[in-house]
Amino acid sequence: MVMTMTYKNILTSKEAAGQADTYIGVVQLNRPTVLNALNTELMTELVVALQEMDRDESVRSIVLTGSDRAFAAGADIKEMSDESTVSIMLKDNLAIWDKVKNIKKPIIAAVSGFALGGGCELMMMCDIIIASESAQFGQPEINIGVIPGAGGTQRLTRVFGKYKAMEMILTGRPINAREAYELGLVNKVMPVELYLEEAKNLAKEIAAKSPIAVRLAKEAVLKTFDGTLSEGLEFERKNFYMLFSSEDQKEGMKAFLEKRKAVFTGR
Amino acid sequence: MTDEKILLTEKKNGVGIITLNRPDKLNAFNDELTFQLQDALKEMEKDKEVRAIILTGAGRGFCSGQDLQSRSIAQEVGHRTSLGDSIKRRYNPIVIKLRRMEKPIIAAVNGVAAGAGASMAFACDYRIVTDKTNFIQSFTKVGLIPDSGATFILPRLIGATKAFELMLSADKLPAEEALRLGVVNKVVAEADLMTEAMQLAEKLAAGPSKAFGLTKRAVNKAIFDDLEELLEYEANLQELAGRSDDFQEGVKAFVEKRTPNYTGK
Repeated sequence: MVMTMTYKNILTSKEAAGQADTYIGVVQLNRPTVLNALNTELMTELVVALQEMDRDESVRSIVLTGSDRAFAAGADIKEMSDESTVSIMLKDNLAIWDKVKNIKKPIIAAVSGFALGGGCELMMMCDIIIASESAQFGQPEINIGVIPGAGGTQRLTRVFGKYKAMEMILTGRPINAREAYELGLVNKVMPVELYLEEAKNLAKEIAAKSPIAVRLAKEAVLKTFDGTLSEGLEFERKNFYMLFSSEDQKEGMKAFLEKRKAVFTGR
Repeated sequence: MTDEKILLTEKKNGVGIITLNRPDKLNAFNDELTFQLQDALKEMEKDKEVRAIILTGAGRGFCSGQDLQSRSIAQEVGHRTSLGDSIKRRYNPIVIKLRRMEKPIIAAVNGVAAGAGASMAFACDYRIVTDKTNFIQSFTKVGLIPDSGATFILPRLIGATKAFELMLSADKLPAEEALRLGVVNKVVAEADLMTEAMQLAEKLAAGPSKAFGLTKRAVNKAIFDDLEELLEYEANLQELAGRSDDFQEGVKAFVEKRTPNYTGK
């Protein structure tokens, strides 16, 4: 039984994904007056919403978006500017961010306008990124005397390589959607009128696949960044073998051999 | 439903000839015609005996573009076709094939080439036209954008200044001016069009086809390297134009043969 919660800082919805009782979840960051600055309250609500969708068996994939003007222009500076090392460490708000990382279902970010600082870092935690032509990406933390704290130094470097990452993080200068696309940060760039629709269509496309296979595929891909190639290959192989006790694998391969479309049940 | 074929193909002396054959509709593109054209081009690409191609229209027009009547019918039944999808499935593959097929393709443009009909002509390698030919970027007349490659092929052929002007005004571009602007190769008398086109085609078909094909590939790389990407982009923007109120009004006015009343929405 899914409880519909009312949130203050986000909007959530479900959309039919084409197959019977299959949905995509949509989470929209909603603090328009502050360009979706990510404060603790928003992040907490975001995690609750994502976890609920992660638990809801009918939801197969998730779209995370902001507004056309801003995905999220950063973390909430007002909230943290007076902290001391001890106080901020004890609060450990960044631990909330970890929970986004732990979502098992694929998250497609639909990003328009500002994706800066924490906004860029939140975006990079997602699995696929569809940007609008107006999107801007950057890590401007250096301009306020700190550094990216929610993964920017690690994830940006893994995408761009040392030199471009250094440039962005040390100058705080943003890049535009075209450059982001060319450098491999985003999957696709669409006109602002169409980017969210594109992200939802992609989410629906993934929603039609075997959810167990999707889950294990996501896990395996993420494992790439955690250890050596050998470890990753071993992990992938175990996930591959694991799927052979799923009905979806049986159905998928049977359908292939019978030259018909597979009907996945998620078991 | 007539038995008559809406697309005719012929092979002669190494030349493949494709004729759009809906003369009573000025060879307007309905669904069926676009798919048949795709198939005909694929066939000729595969056929080793075809070393040059002529694309032309039956009757007094080359091609008047998308058959708005058939689209209107679809809308009346309340089934709003997604323009973007329609273009991606029906028109873009034709443009891609015309450009990517490494055989010289001559558009023998008899009479009017409007809308997507003009786009198809621009996508070919040669344009031989008659003194009665007019190119019309008719899209904006119904609240749409030029598609099937026109938004980038025409500017690349004649420069953005004149191209943009033609697109927004939807004015006729007559043969002589087209020649002056560099968008056509030759203007001939109506009676001589097919003879001239065949003469050129046979000459090309007897030439070093490999070299011609590689030349086309090199020129494509130089000026159409982003063909597929831009066609996709154009189709996405047409999708947006197709969702506007002005498009609905534009088509309605066309069908009702009156001046459209645009609101800008």
